[in-house]
Amino acid sequence: MVEKTPILDFVTYLLLIMGIAIVGFPIIYAIMASTLPLEEVSKVPMPVKFGDQFLVNMSSAWERGDLGTQLFNSLVMATGITVGKISVSLLGAFSIVYFDYRFRKIAFVSVFCTLMLPVEVRILPTYEMAANVFGPLQPLWDFLYLDSILSWIVQNDIEVDLNWNLLDSYTGLILPLVASATCTFLFRQFFLTIPEELCEAAKIDGASPMMFFRKVLLPLSKTNIAALVVIEFVYGWNQYLWPLLITTDPKMKTAVIGLQNLIPQADDIPEWNVALAAALIVMLPPILVVLSMQRWFVKGLVDIDK
Amino acid sequence: MIKRSFFKSRFLPYFLILPQILITLTFFYWPAFQGLVNSFIRSDAFGGHAKFIWFENFLALFRDPLYLESVFITLVFSLCTAFLAISSGLFLASMANRALRAKAVIRTFLIWPYAVAPAISGILWLFLLHPSFGLVSIFINKWFGANWNPVLNGRDAMVMVVLASAWKQISYNFVFFIAGMQAIPKSLIEAAAIDGASPFRRFWRITLPLLSPTMFFLSVMNIIYSFFETFGVIHTVTQGGPGGATNILVYKVYQDGFVGLDLGSSSAQSVVLMSLIILITVLQFRYVEKKVQYTG
Repeated sequence: MVEKTPILDFVTYLLLIMGIAIVGFPIIYAIMASTLPLEEVSKVPMPVKFGDQFLVNMSSAWERGDLGTQLFNSLVMATGITVGKISVSLLGAFSIVYFDYRFRKIAFVSVFCTLMLPVEVRILPTYEMAANVFGPLQPLWDFLYLDSILSWIVQNDIEVDLNWNLLDSYTGLILPLVASATCTFLFRQFFLTIPEELCEAAKIDGASPMMFFRKVLLPLSKTNIAALVVIEFVYGWNQYLWPLLITTDPKMKTAVIGLQNLIPQADDIPEWNVALAAALIVMLPPILVVLSMQRWFVKGLVDIDK
Repeated sequence: MIKRSFFKSRFLPYFLILPQILITLTFFYWPAFQGLVNSFIRSDAFGGHAKFIWFENFLALFRDPLYLESVFITLVFSLCTAFLAISSGLFLASMANRALRAKAVIRTFLIWPYAVAPAISGILWLFLLHPSFGLVSIFINKWFGANWNPVLNGRDAMVMVVLASAWKQISYNFVFFIAGMQAIPKSLIEAAAIDGASPFRRFWRITLPLLSPTMFFLSVMNIIYSFFETFGVIHTVTQGGPGGATNILVYKVYQDGFVGLDLGSSSAQSVVLMSLIILITVLQFRYVEKKVQYTG
């Protein structure tokens, strides 16, 4: 810094180490508990040390929580949301920034309005929607007497029941969470900073719009995409309310939801070692993603939310 | 805004924006509209025979002492969570900003809780604060002589969910404060130092005022976080209990709608939450625009 302050520097580092220790303590304590056998975990107080039962607890957590299936579900959901969100909003932003058409403004405003509306505030109707995506179309279908028109065309009695159910499916886990204005907004802001000359040059060279998108925009957006991959993967993996609502089949539960069944309740055997081992397994993938892509993530987070 | 040079194509732009519009219509606008309609309707338990009743659902809601209690609990919960998470984040960031050595390591160690799901954070703290096994609860009992029991005591349960929710959010705030501090021109700090301002004074008089946009932004984000995303903490740790002491609004919507199947009331509650969040968003954008004008 500006002046020499050895005492203050010492205090700074001391406080930092203490801060890191306090922030890390819940995890370290959970790791300790997950290495101990049941007799030691249920001692009061639990001994503060590492045991040798780590693998035993891990494997019983894996079996009892059906973690293989659930981690796979979480992976599909998180990946689906990440890929879906990023591709939908890349295309959307490209359309809004690089084309001029009649409904451009309306399209942008209608997407932008959803910026801050989390799924939590509209759970019931969104659930109904997922139970039958074609639901709202049925009255229209009936109103237009399309049944009879169709019957007349094929000369046969036909009754159409529009039904597309997303409950207990990967589509249902992913699709409603793919709609996000934040990514579209970010890509829009970014595209606006790209020099005009690039587009002009591409047009002079006779490149088609999609060619320009693939050869110029995509490579330039790499950093932004990397940052969004981290943020959206964590977002997707950690979803709680939505998967809780639309999955009833245990084979479709995601890992974060499944953990609740492993928490020992008042009358159970207090197998906290198993519950915490499972929690550690489930939290590992997003932590790895964040740490391995830390550089982009920090830059992206600050860019996106501001 | 649009580029000066753009492409001309009759169908392509519609085709490109179509997926986004379709998903937004299906999963945002239609459900929001449906929720609004339902909040003005009373229907019997079997879904048939709906009756339009104007604002009765809302009036009933604001006369319901349980709902008002939940509003109060949510306010206490989110203010405590936001305050704890923001002040810890600010403290750690200001320390980390002073550190010259091992910067990357320090950051890594403070960033990773961002990736932990709120529900998992809840499990970790439930174990730490468990009335019979928790290490921290044993110390609380020993040092404060209190009879700590978050399973039975409402106040203790509130402390537990606040700690679990705030812990996870510290990293998020840390990242933003660090970024904000690095954007402050070094020359300002140096000038103040030459004038004889101590590090503390520089922090209070220069760094903190210049961080006020970040502070405002983070307050909004933390309030929104503690209103909605903490659902996972409540659901895994307390289920709104004991005796409704941690029954925050978003959990009540879920309880009344999905467990109690009270469609009208749940929709009215959703509409209240929606209006609240729209209000917050508008406020934020107003403020952000102002900030842009000030800086030129």
